[in-house]
Amino acid sequence: MKKIYFKTESLKNTIFSYCPGCGHGIIHRLVAESIDELNIRETTIGIAPVGCAVFAYDYWNFDVTEAPHGRPPAVATGIKRCCPDKIVFTYQGDGDLAAIGTAEIVHAANRGENITVFFINNANYGMTGGQMAPTTVLGQKTTTTPFGRNSSRDGYPLKICELLSSLEGVCYLERVSVTSPKNVLAAKRAIKKAFQNQILKKGFSLVEILSQCPTDWGKTPMDSIKWIDEVLSKTFPLGVYKECAKK
Amino acid sequence: MQMKKVKIDSDRCKGCQLCINVCPKGCLKLSNTVNAAGFQYAIYENESKCTSCGFCFLVCPDVAIEVSRKAKPRVEE
Ligand SMILES: Cc1ncc(C[n+]2csc(CCOP(=O)(O)OP(=O)(O)O)c2C)c(N)n1
Ligand code: SF4
Ligand code: SF4
Ligand code: SF4
Repeated sequence: MKKIYFKTESLKNTIFSYCPGCGHGIIHRLVAESIDELNIRETTIGIAPVGCAVFAYDYWNFDVTEAPHGRPPAVATGIKRCCPDKIVFTYQGDGDLAAIGTAEIVHAANRGENITVFFINNANYGMTGGQMAPTTVLGQKTTTTPFGRNSSRDGYPLKICELLSSLEGVCYLERVSVTSPKNVLAAKRAIKKAFQNQILKKGFSLVEILSQCPTDWGKTPMDSIKWIDEVLSKTFPLGVYKECAKK
Repeated sequence: MQMKKVKIDSDRCKGCQLCINVCPKGCLKLSNTVNAAGFQYAIYENESKCTSCGFCFLVCPDVAIEVSRKAKPRVEE
């Protein structure tokens, strides 16, 4: 017997604090596996956000710092510019990246910082109990939109990949999900590529991952992945939004 | 001691059932008892039907599953 799928070195044994079925755990694994496959564990520095992933440093077995409230792209900029040989990535939710830290992400992208960003879009503020996020889709019920998001009162879902795709500084943008084995493998390819781009000094890469939040959506894990496939990914279509020319 | 193709760490498992839902061969089910954290956990059965496809591992949010494959050259049942 040969082990073919197992917990990779870059994950500690600590049990995740995430709810049953939460997408964060799958994405943590994909980030860790990509780092091990690229053999960059000793040179990588991750930056954890505010939100459910705030304790990411408890799960990853490499250097991780913490920059709450949407500031990870600013901290990543500082670390990368001081230590250009390090591989620097941020891991941010949609409350963190698309609301609290919109300024930081737009300007880091526009400056073309050679960093990697993983943007976890679960269409609400998970940790604080499921409030509306900029990424909440129209009609979606949250604790702050109990009758569903209404565009005339609450505005429209913010599409980060589409928004950033117009910026010249950006090298690579892709939106993926983790709802099936096929989608998980595609997400892994995107995550790995976003690291490879940084290694090749190609510039700013962001992977947006649609991720299930069963607890705050009030759905079972199975219904949650179905909702991503049938509803969330209609507002946020999967695919590559930008890819810079090959060097 | 026979090693199984799929090993589930019942202490990591939170009983989300995503693996049970995705297994094309019906090799996984939920336990009747709970683990230390109070979750029912996934149990592996019908090993002869399992193809070591790894789907269960790929969708598991808690990295509770390990999958092995029979070594290629040696054929032993
Ligand atoms: C300045 C400030 N505002 C608000 C909060 C409360 N807060 C904690 S986590 C969070 C947002 C988390 O949402 P998201 O980034 O979507 O991550 P998720 O928990 O869904 O993974 C907020 C607003 C805070 N801690 N500090
Ligand atoms: S609240 Fe949502 S995002 Fe946070 S751990 Fe639970 S399921 Fe995951
Ligand atoms: S490896 Fe494939 S067939 Fe075997 S239990 Fe997992 S999902 Fe089912
Ligand atoms: S997917 Fe993982 S956590 Fe969920 S029931 Fe299966 S083994 Fe347990």
